[in-house]
Amino acid sequence: MNYTRVAITEAATSILDQLKAKYGDLIFHQSGGCCDGSSPMVFEEGEMYLYESDILLGQLDGINYYMNQDQFDYWKHTHLTVDVTEGRGASFSLEIPLGVRFIIRSRLLTPEENSELNN
Amino acid sequence: MSVDHWRYFASAIRAEESTMSELDIHTVSLNLKEPLGVIGQIIPWNFPLLMLSWKLPPALATGNCVILKPAEQTPSTATLLMEKIADVFPPGVVNILHGFGPEAGKPLASHSGIDKVAFTGETTTGQLIMQYASKNLNPVTMELGGKSPNIFFNSVMDAGDAFLDKAIEGAVLFAFNQGEVCTCPSRLLVQEDIYDAFMARVIERTEAIIQDNPYDVNTMVGAQASNDQYEKILSYLEIGREEGAKVLTGGAACHLDGDLANGFYIQPTILEGHNKMRVFQEEIFGPVVAVTKFKDEAEALEIANDTLYGLGAGVWSRDAHQLYQISRAIKAGRVWVNCYHVHPAHAPFRGYKKSGFGRETHLMMMNHYRQTKNMLISYDKNKLGFF
Repeated sequence: MNYTRVAITEAATSILDQLKAKYGDLIFHQSGGCCDGSSPMVFEEGEMYLYESDILLGQLDGINYYMNQDQFDYWKHTHLTVDVTEGRGASFSLEIPLGVRFIIRSRLLTPEENSELNN
Repeated sequence: MSVDHWRYFASAIRAEESTMSELDIHTVSLNLKEPLGVIGQIIPWNFPLLMLSWKLPPALATGNCVILKPAEQTPSTATLLMEKIADVFPPGVVNILHGFGPEAGKPLASHSGIDKVAFTGETTTGQLIMQYASKNLNPVTMELGGKSPNIFFNSVMDAGDAFLDKAIEGAVLFAFNQGEVCTCPSRLLVQEDIYDAFMARVIERTEAIIQDNPYDVNTMVGAQASNDQYEKILSYLEIGREEGAKVLTGGAACHLDGDLANGFYIQPTILEGHNKMRVFQEEIFGPVVAVTKFKDEAEALEIANDTLYGLGAGVWSRDAHQLYQISRAIKAGRVWVNCYHVHPAHAPFRGYKKSGFGRETHLMMMNHYRQTKNMLISYDKNKLGFF
């Protein structure tokens, strides 16, 4: 079986498609910290320097989803689904001017998923 | 409280003097502090007036011009304040810039005409701002949040006095400002031999919180600031339960009646679990505390420092040695000792580790907005003798 760490809802995909049409290639980066943190942020590809400390969790609708290694160590036993909700934000994430925010919904990995993905 | 930070920096700059050293009989070195120039400041939405009052006064007192971008969730405060005080400043010295992050914040942070950026917010945005600053070789200061431990040693329960009452309140301060505070004491660490008795008091006090209309002076906890915050907090309550955290109180949205029926209310929540759970590691920014027990000082420190962040911490004890030694061993920029959530001017505040750097609310912040001009003066009439 090929299990995934990340998934995306239809509603979030439709917002992502609007952003792709406007900006071209994109990436997701999961933010920690306060205020607008603990949220997935979407940027134009190349906007953010990525290093060996940024872990690629998977691809959503053709878009790479990254998280910092330190944070990943605490998150890797969970499966993440990118959803979207109404809201205003102050970060640089590109969906914000549309009046929506990407949001993460999480569940535990199943034992099967965990043994394939984390071993 | 906000006004005090303005007064503090207004006084601090008047009381300051430059330094001078006589390096040898003919040579004098003068150190003069000069402004950096134009400062970009990006502030968050959780305390719109106080965050502005931490950032603007030290930058202005040291002679800079400022372009300040308030958060789009709370744009009015800065505008209303400036309508009252704009005529105090010469034209162009204070500028308020509104707009969404990608359209206003990013251009401000990356503009080559800016000499320094001060930011409070989240880690990914902080990383981007540092990246933009590297393009212009500009300094930055940033505060990026925390997951602050609030540690209660067994001696707090040695007597049923006013201090114990204060300690119980200190544990319940996780719900202050609906938990939308960077230093929210969101990890509660309680020594195992007092755990049951102490937590019974904390739960009782948490359940006595009055949650109602924020405009009512009797209200202790109001609504979250936005729908996306509300949704984010609920999703954390869900993953907390899935990871096996036990809900000691709260654990759900709070439904109020009448005009408040669709408000973003979350019940003050206590989750019991262990420090590797995501609810112990991520900033929920809601009225949610994750509690665990420890057996001794070593374990308390191990748990307290097992976090990416290092913004705040609380240490509560009646043992003077413990208060000092534990506080020194915690990797955080502010350790509240037998108190929490006190933010006076002249006590420097900011983080260790991924919580950022820079020290606000203290005169040392003035040097983060300045550069030093060294005038090296020779009073010797004779040449060096090289040429």
